[in-house]
Amino acid sequence: MPLTPVITAHWDDPHSYTLDSYRRHGGYTALAQALKTDPDEVIATVKESGLRGRGGAGFPTGLKWSFVPQNDGRPHYLVVNGDESEPGACKDIPIMLANPHALIEGIVITCWAIRASHAFIYIRGEVPMPIRRMQKSVAEARAAGYLGKNILGSGLDLEIVVHGGAGAYICGEETALLDSLEGRRGQPRLKPPFPAVAGLYASPTVVNNVETISSVPYIIKNGVSWYREMGTEKSPGFKVWAVSGHVTRPGIYEAPLGITMGELLDYAGGIRDGRDVKFWLPGGSSVPMLTADHLDTPMTYEAIVDAGSMLGTGTPMLFDETTSVVKAITRWLEFYRHESCGKCTPCREGTYWITGTLEKFQEGRGSQDEIEDLVEICNQIMGRSFCALGDAAATPYAPSLALFRSEWEAALTQPADEAFDPAATMIIPSMSGVGA
Amino acid sequence: MTATSNDKDTAQAAAEVEMVTGVIDGHEVTVPKGTVIIRAAELTGVDIPRFCAPPLLDPVAACRACLIEVEGMPKPQPSCAVELGDGMVVHTQLTSEVAAKAQAGVMEFLLINHPLDCPVCDKGGECPLQNQAMTTGNPETRYTLQKLTFPKPINISTEILLDRERCVMCQRCTRFADEIAGDPFIELVQRGAHQQIGIGEEPFDSYFSGNTIQICPVGALTSADYRFRARPFDLVSVPTTCEHCASGCSLRTDYRHDAVMRRQAWDDPEVNEEWNCDKGRFAFPYLSLDRLSGPLVREDGELRPASWPEALRLAADGLGRARGRAAVLTGGRLTMEDAYAYARFARTALATDNIDMRARAIGPDEAGFLASQVAGTCGPTYAQLAAAPAVLLVAFEPEEESPIVFLRLRKAVRQHGQQVVTVAPYPSHGSTKLSATLVPAVPGAEAHSLAALPADVRDLLQQPGSVILVGERAATAPGALRAAADLADQTGAHLGWIPRRAGERGAVDTGCLPGLLPGGRPLTDPAARREVASAWGVAADDLPTSAGLDLPAVVAAIAADVATRRSAAEQGDEAPANTIDALLVAGVEASDVPHSDALLRALQDVPFLVSLETRPSEVTDFADVVLPVSVVTEKEGTFVDWEGRRRPFARSFPLATTFPDAEVLALLADYLDLDAAPRDVPALRAEIDSLGAWGGERPWPGAAGATDTPNPGPGEAVLASWRLLLDRGIMQEGEPYLAGTRQPSVARVSAATAAGVGVPDGERLSVSTDHGTIALPVEITEMPDGIVWLPMNSPESRVTTTLRATPGDTVRLGRE
Ligand SMILES: Cc1cc2nc3c(=O)[nH]c(=O)nc-3n(C[C@H](O)[C@H](O)[C@H](O)COP(=O)(O)O)c2cc1C
Ligand code: SF4
Ligand code: SF4
Ligand code: SF4
Ligand code: FES
Repeated sequence: MPLTPVITAHWDDPHSYTLDSYRRHGGYTALAQALKTDPDEVIATVKESGLRGRGGAGFPTGLKWSFVPQNDGRPHYLVVNGDESEPGACKDIPIMLANPHALIEGIVITCWAIRASHAFIYIRGEVPMPIRRMQKSVAEARAAGYLGKNILGSGLDLEIVVHGGAGAYICGEETALLDSLEGRRGQPRLKPPFPAVAGLYASPTVVNNVETISSVPYIIKNGVSWYREMGTEKSPGFKVWAVSGHVTRPGIYEAPLGITMGELLDYAGGIRDGRDVKFWLPGGSSVPMLTADHLDTPMTYEAIVDAGSMLGTGTPMLFDETTSVVKAITRWLEFYRHESCGKCTPCREGTYWITGTLEKFQEGRGSQDEIEDLVEICNQIMGRSFCALGDAAATPYAPSLALFRSEWEAALTQPADEAFDPAATMIIPSMSGVGA
Repeated sequence: MTATSNDKDTAQAAAEVEMVTGVIDGHEVTVPKGTVIIRAAELTGVDIPRFCAPPLLDPVAACRACLIEVEGMPKPQPSCAVELGDGMVVHTQLTSEVAAKAQAGVMEFLLINHPLDCPVCDKGGECPLQNQAMTTGNPETRYTLQKLTFPKPINISTEILLDRERCVMCQRCTRFADEIAGDPFIELVQRGAHQQIGIGEEPFDSYFSGNTIQICPVGALTSADYRFRARPFDLVSVPTTCEHCASGCSLRTDYRHDAVMRRQAWDDPEVNEEWNCDKGRFAFPYLSLDRLSGPLVREDGELRPASWPEALRLAADGLGRARGRAAVLTGGRLTMEDAYAYARFARTALATDNIDMRARAIGPDEAGFLASQVAGTCGPTYAQLAAAPAVLLVAFEPEEESPIVFLRLRKAVRQHGQQVVTVAPYPSHGSTKLSATLVPAVPGAEAHSLAALPADVRDLLQQPGSVILVGERAATAPGALRAAADLADQTGAHLGWIPRRAGERGAVDTGCLPGLLPGGRPLTDPAARREVASAWGVAADDLPTSAGLDLPAVVAAIAADVATRRSAAEQGDEAPANTIDALLVAGVEASDVPHSDALLRALQDVPFLVSLETRPSEVTDFADVVLPVSVVTEKEGTFVDWEGRRRPFARSFPLATTFPDAEVLALLADYLDLDAAPRDVPALRAEIDSLGAWGGERPWPGAAGATDTPNPGPGEAVLASWRLLLDRGIMQEGEPYLAGTRQPSVARVSAATAAGVGVPDGERLSVSTDHGTIALPVEITEMPDGIVWLPMNSPESRVTTTLRATPGDTVRLGRE
């Protein structure tokens, strides 16, 4: 399947992120078009396109917009989720760096559709570059009349606030993000009410991922049928795939949904040094692992679920046979233990318990009972925690045990670093030995 | 002040409630729409475990202890947050393996980092976590890694201590502080397993902080006072009523042997719900502080111990000689039954109407207001207050002066946007938490503010069910009570009066005011006199027929007697009879009364003084006979709260050997050979009930009009002042940790007023009268110019004794 660069089409321009460059390639024409269209029609178009949220859950975007009550006399808000903190996910930050105006144009169109006059871009706090870039680009767009009062004579007033988070994975969860934006401690909110009814400052709010909103101008400009020519019925369109791990050319590849991992892997030059895939994850650390058996599975929401995983953020991570499964899983759980917000018991205590136990396995001090106990402890979190972070933390272990039981059993006595040379698994050769 | 109209409102509202029917563990249950499953299950007798879901806090669904299965939902659901839907089929742990396993899993998680130090934990024996672990927990743990530990304990205020490792992160404490009290000085900090309760730079600052200890489902929060002092299973619990203020809280008093160990809020949905304030919770050590152990009589100028018969004989003789020329000062802290006994004793045994329960600043309108609007009535009630669309506060600071009223208002503000308007000199901390609109008032000139009430405020009050609450301080503002009553008439708002002390309302109802007989009966009304006389078994003619003297008049009369005696002596004439020959004083602290110097002089000068007291005081210092009486834990009785609701309570210590006031009065009556008044509480209650409330006219003659607004000159200001909830009141003595949570004393003036006397923010401002000076750090406050606010009875600020001033008086300002 060929690549279909859309959002990424002009990233090799010397200054792809500038307003000039964006306009040179037809930028902001979708906006002019949308502002002449009835907002409800814009929502209908996005609905028909079948665009699904790129933040991980794949919720239909047009449908989400249509939940916002109209003529309710309250302000509406659009909040763009640029918190991208999932291990393995690296697409929203590149989009903001290389094509910030696509996001801004998407925001203006979305706000027109949902009748919002304030939008927020919430960007992960550890990465100052996209924060600065978005701030500059917003200023640029404002100066050019794409933001501010009466945009392009449409009567739409819109201001965008670029907000840097404080570096908490949980603040990517949409309701925790809203609390954080309001200046509170970022912990998920009880739903209902859902953000579309009572979100930011208790007003109707749409939360969408950076990639989701950046796709919108292209759909408006090129039309539903153009969009639907790509992908499948349930997973239409193009997707920014961020391929990472033990591949020869890690990076961003934009291709329709339905491309296989094998094809993407070919674009990425195969596994490094001609090695084989040991396991891979279709979308960040929060989805179950797959193996080489699944390299031919189409990367669609539905097919990946059938294969036993989830598309998640669509940012596949691949690992070759130099990788210790025990060490990889332990590393991810250490992340979840650190990022658990602490609100609910299963995730707070469960991640602490699981990770402590995994660390023993990593040191070659596991026990047979614990191999089974861990499955049960994960099940005590799965579906019982307050938000999806707990589920994510409970996900990796069981598939790894099903696929690589012998490695776990070896870890009863053998430290992971003995079983797998840490230097060999390093991605950047010059760093070999550093982490050993 | 009737309850009827609003009862209709509630009945109507109830009819409109939509009901839903679901099935829980096979049993159909019908509940109002919006009821969460955990509460619906309670109705079917099914108890779902819970840690984060006390009934009065909004659901958070954080602990996950309450997971249950709902047919058609893929995952177990938190029953504390999911509402029962029509046709919903629910399986709890009793009928669902999934639910039972989910709950067991959470239980296991909760214990992995819990220290399980139950044997040394205050909560052990009454701990929800312990109970749940004993019911469903694993006898052995699978968790063998190291538990998290924290340095322990930390003080989050002088009173409240936190042992972090015991905390299960249910957020009850933080949510209580945020949702109920509005004091969010206690917060979650850190994350994951390291998440903990923390405070900012400031200590947890709340008048309601003790509630967090009570609702904490583990022993993570303890009080400095009770920590490690008792085991719950060694305590005997008695339902009691708080004696501190007119909110009327139901409390649970826990004692061991003959000492109170702690007090907690008792669940009373109609009054204090599940809460109380820190004063009611912690201020009980005074009960056993330097108590009078036996009667004292004065001999050669000195008090000496005496037997009861000797002391009673002396007291009866002295009082008997003064019959018709005596006065009774009862203070505002008596139970209804004791107050009634004084009211009756004064009118019969002492043949006088000189009786006043007000040991505080009073005003000329007040007795008439209380007699005509308050005595023997009932309502507005807490329920009416909660339902009111708008509430006007007049000279009343609910958070300081009646904390449960404050909580009810805050709940209404939060739940249905009740609009609170306050007539006050500045928006206090409490008013701010009520989002109250301020109608600025110069102290003493509240009547003017009421007369000039903005039209939109009047409109608010015209909404059916609105309420006007006047504080006892309104009495000192000429015309304010009349203006408030007129406003209630004009707008149809309910009118409520809120005294500070727990005993004042009962004393009003039982006739401890000059001119007022029990049940709101005007003394001047012959029919009213007849009703009372027949209940008391005396001839109607024997009762006084004209209104007696109030406290200031009694004090003045004694001073006049002295002057008359002196001039008679100088002239060599025989002195005419005194107006006041004897005083009977109960529970009066002289320094509570403005111009306490005059009162003290009167106590010294009166020919005969009998004091019924629990502790030595400035009154006993001058008494001829001191008769010790019971404190609340030693007697049964009733406090009547501000609503007019009776709050009866039982005796805490069955073996108490002291006599309540009413019993001592009955003994005195015996010694006076008078028809014995009822002696025990049931008989007193029966007599009060049989008298009932007055059905006739309640005139309110000739009230004082508003006076001119004071106009302070340069370097002067009008004094504003009220008591803070925690101050140097004698009933808070003996509890240093509670004292540590008092608000710091500051003086408040506007920026211009401060600049006028050249005192920058934070520097010390001196406030003076001819009698003395109070100097406090100044806090610049947004308020009208020319007003200075001082705490009335705080450690560094004792307005009545140091300044001998009353709110509304003009004082001098300066730089210290
Ligand atoms: C723990 C957690 C972290 C998340 N982090 C992100 C994130 O960084 N960016 C994002 O777009 N969505 C994130 N999400 C998903 C959001 O909650 C939300 O579903 C998404 O922003 C909706 O946008 P979309 O419909 O455009 O996908 C996260 C969810 C969870 C549970
Ligand atoms: S699952 Fe619970 S503890 Fe974990 S991040 Fe979500 S709310 Fe916080
Ligand atoms: S201290 Fe107590 S009430 Fe507060 S969160 Fe911890 S367990 Fe809950
Ligand atoms: S609010 Fe009043 S009655 Fe209630 S505990 Fe406090 S002082 Fe006692
Ligand atoms: S009681 Fe329901 S989640 Fe805590």
